Amino acid sequence: MSTAPPEVPEAPEVPEAPERRAGELSPRELGRWLWRQLTSMRTALILLLMLALAAVPGSVIPQEGVDSVKTARWQDAHPTLTPIYEKLSLFSVYDSPWFSAIYLLLMVSLVGCIIPRTFVYLRAIRAAPPAAPRNLGRLPDHTSYETDESAGDVLERARAALKERGYRLRPDDGGDAVSAERGYLREVGNLIFHLSVVVVLVAFAMGGLFGFRGGAIIVQGTTFTNTLTQYDDFEPGQLFSAGRMDPFTFSFDDFDVEWQNTPRRGVLARAFKAGLTYRESPDAPEKTYDLRVNHPLSVGDTDVFLIGHGYAPMITVKDGNGQEVFSGPVPFLPQDPTFLSFGVLKVPDSPTGEIGLEGLFYPTFQLVDGNPVTIYPNDANPLISMQVYTGDLGLETSAQSVYDLDKTNAEQLLTAEGKPLRLDLELGESATLPDGLGTVTFDGVRPWTRIQFSQTPGKEAALVGVVLALVGLLGSLFIRPRRVWVRARREGGVTMVEVAALDRSGGGDVVPVLEELVDGLRTDAPTSKARDAREDEGRTDT
Amino acid sequence: MTNSAWETLSDQAVAVAGVVYFLALLAHLVEWASLREVAPASVAAAGGAAGGEVGTGAVAVDTGPDRTAERARRVALFGRLGLLLTGLACAVHFVALLGRGLAADPNRVPWGNMYEFTVSGTFVVTLMYLVLHRRFALAWMAPIVTGFVLTTLMIAVIWLHSEVTPLTEALNSYWLVIHVVSAVIATGAFTLGGILSAAYLVKDRRGEATSGPLARVPSLPTLDRISYRIHAFAFPVWTFAVLITGPIWAHEAWSSYWNWDPKEVWAFITWVVYAAYLHARSTAGWKGRNAAILALVGVATLWFNFVGINFFSTTTQHGYAESAPAFVEPGER
Ligand code: HEM
Repeated sequence: MSTAPPEVPEAPEVPEAPERRAGELSPRELGRWLWRQLTSMRTALILLLMLALAAVPGSVIPQEGVDSVKTARWQDAHPTLTPIYEKLSLFSVYDSPWFSAIYLLLMVSLVGCIIPRTFVYLRAIRAAPPAAPRNLGRLPDHTSYETDESAGDVLERARAALKERGYRLRPDDGGDAVSAERGYLREVGNLIFHLSVVVVLVAFAMGGLFGFRGGAIIVQGTTFTNTLTQYDDFEPGQLFSAGRMDPFTFSFDDFDVEWQNTPRRGVLARAFKAGLTYRESPDAPEKTYDLRVNHPLSVGDTDVFLIGHGYAPMITVKDGNGQEVFSGPVPFLPQDPTFLSFGVLKVPDSPTGEIGLEGLFYPTFQLVDGNPVTIYPNDANPLISMQVYTGDLGLETSAQSVYDLDKTNAEQLLTAEGKPLRLDLELGESATLPDGLGTVTFDGVRPWTRIQFSQTPGKEAALVGVVLALVGLLGSLFIRPRRVWVRARREGGVTMVEVAALDRSGGGDVVPVLEELVDGLRTDAPTSKARDAREDEGRTDT
Repeated sequence: MTNSAWETLSDQAVAVAGVVYFLALLAHLVEWASLREVAPASVAAAGGAAGGEVGTGAVAVDTGPDRTAERARRVALFGRLGLLLTGLACAVHFVALLGRGLAADPNRVPWGNMYEFTVSGTFVVTLMYLVLHRRFALAWMAPIVTGFVLTTLMIAVIWLHSEVTPLTEALNSYWLVIHVVSAVIATGAFTLGGILSAAYLVKDRRGEATSGPLARVPSLPTLDRISYRIHAFAFPVWTFAVLITGPIWAHEAWSSYWNWDPKEVWAFITWVVYAAYLHARSTAGWKGRNAAILALVGVATLWFNFVGINFFSTTTQHGYAESAPAFVEPGER
């Protein structure tokens, strides 16, 4: 599309009933006027700028859909702002009514823009290049020379030369000029680009509405069945239905990690992978896959990603009566690259009193002044160091994160000297809790991986859409639509040849085009002793 | 060579490049200072013939007194010297990037953190300036480009410098290479386009000058056109970087191709602003000045995304800001 547009609906409306005063519009006219405003380039421009502006708050205020934990923390810290922000949907900017309004308007404007342009284009593509203007010297970029050739010969060769350079010619009407045009595909590029934008937006919306994203921490040696209850967190799209879950299962068999010694950051975990055995459905054959970061596994419509890893100490708790009340792996969360990890164990159903453990896991520890420090992220010499709580841990009443121990009504167990009790257990050690609460044993360590699952319907369409958009964009930006006219007239014994070119995109420089064409015409001339009469000195830049 | 030797080499190369850029800047400043005294007529000619994008340095000498000719010769001499020094600095700059990449174990592309990204981005600015120097007659930009690159490099060395570290697991992907190469190239090009737009606005305000440095700056329509051409190159590259390779990589690493992560949001904002710029250029009433303003807004969002967003937002997943391994966020059960 060009600066010299072929009849774009941007010209002011001609009033249908001139006797009425300006400003008085019938509803139909008003509708038409509104539509015209909405689909104008200026409106598109302003809507684009508004979209950019509207996207800003979501990058500064934590977003529920992006990081719900951080959002909740922020909300706790700003009690006065939170209700106001909530009213303005500032915690979910990208599905807020006002954000949607802007991009829906943009979509309407876009479609309203594309459809008429497509028709304009279809008409234009069949039209012949326009006849040469009467005075080519008026065009900003023109040149002329004189030759002894006959006018007919010059025009003949000009036709051939332009055709060779990919120009479309206006049918020969016996006049004194040749009209040529090229770059018709620019408009197609532009249309493809804008259409693809629509495709991408629709595909993106589909992913948000029908897809889901969820995650789970899975301990080595356990099996995951793809049902909602197995997820730690699950964010479905508004139109997601559980019937779309793929019926796969997998077991997490082995875990492999390379520890790399780096000079400055110490030991870092590199190239970790989780060996999975999976079935796409209960009666499908068993397959294996090594899940690694950046190498997801696709099962049905679901993609399975490895996101992180950590350690889960195996802990057994017996109550005061020697009954086992808990035994199993407890995933601890790594706090830093040394894999010093934090974790919580809550034992609700102990007859001799609730037990809550909270503390740290040291993969390889060393005692410094009686306190453990972690020296290596591999689990070569592990230690758990836990504090113990009892009383009302609120386990029955409130739903809470597994990594949060509600201590408001709990009491911390103390040593005989009145200091907080700390259980430091090496692998295989047990400790007896005071007050006849029971015993805690550290049985072993298992790795866990954090696995993310997602279904994003329309992701292929979105990819095809953006790639097409890029292709269209390249066409639209780099195909240079231009018109060239050559006129030859016999005047006083010589032939006066005028050549002019017009760039229709507003971004091109046609002087080299002109020069190249004229050089071609003149050097091909059988008798070229013509005087140079080029007059491109006074041209302006466009 | 050992890794730390490569790293030392890289650090030294950045310092040397800085010094050479400084010398280039000095040469161009001498060039411009001489220009102030030259008679207007030859100044216009020295500007590379404001519209005809032909070779630079061709100074038409007036048939004036010898002193004018002498000064014009000095302008040409220092202009050429500055260009030569800029070329040299660019080569040393490249060595710095190479050293960074070879210092890491395993070897990698040199853009694991902000320091490396800045050094790469400024390299692209210089490189594009040198490549387009003849074609678009960019001699008039010399002090601005060398000044900008020098300043940014200094900022990088003083505030952003960090040691070579291996890429984190999620960053270890060839999509990252493609993604960042294109983002760096687009950033360099947009920056150059921004400088042109700024020049447009200054010239638009001051009007056509007949003498002094401003007279060297091409005419408004030429500025507008060159600026458009550079933006038209940068925009598809940016589209490729942030809307194609970025999402592909995000999908592989984070399970979702678009996360509304602050970095992504700002990359999108930049994209939308430049789309608006392209629209503005073909909308009556928005041409020229307003388009140039939009181009500057675009550069501002671009650099804000790169530098500023790390201070305003705590939720970005784009680890290169601090280049620490990504840990698992506590999920709720
Ligand atoms: C999501 C919204 C939109 C986006 C992202 C967008 C993006 C773009 C881009 C990047 C270009 C530059 C390519 C070129 O120069 O050909 C462009 C050009 C153009 N757009 Fe849009 N656009 C949008 C909406 C619209 C709407 C609603 C209209 C209708 C008024 C429109 C009309 C045009 C026209 C006429 C051009 C050609 C300008 C020229 O030839 O220089 N666009 N658009």
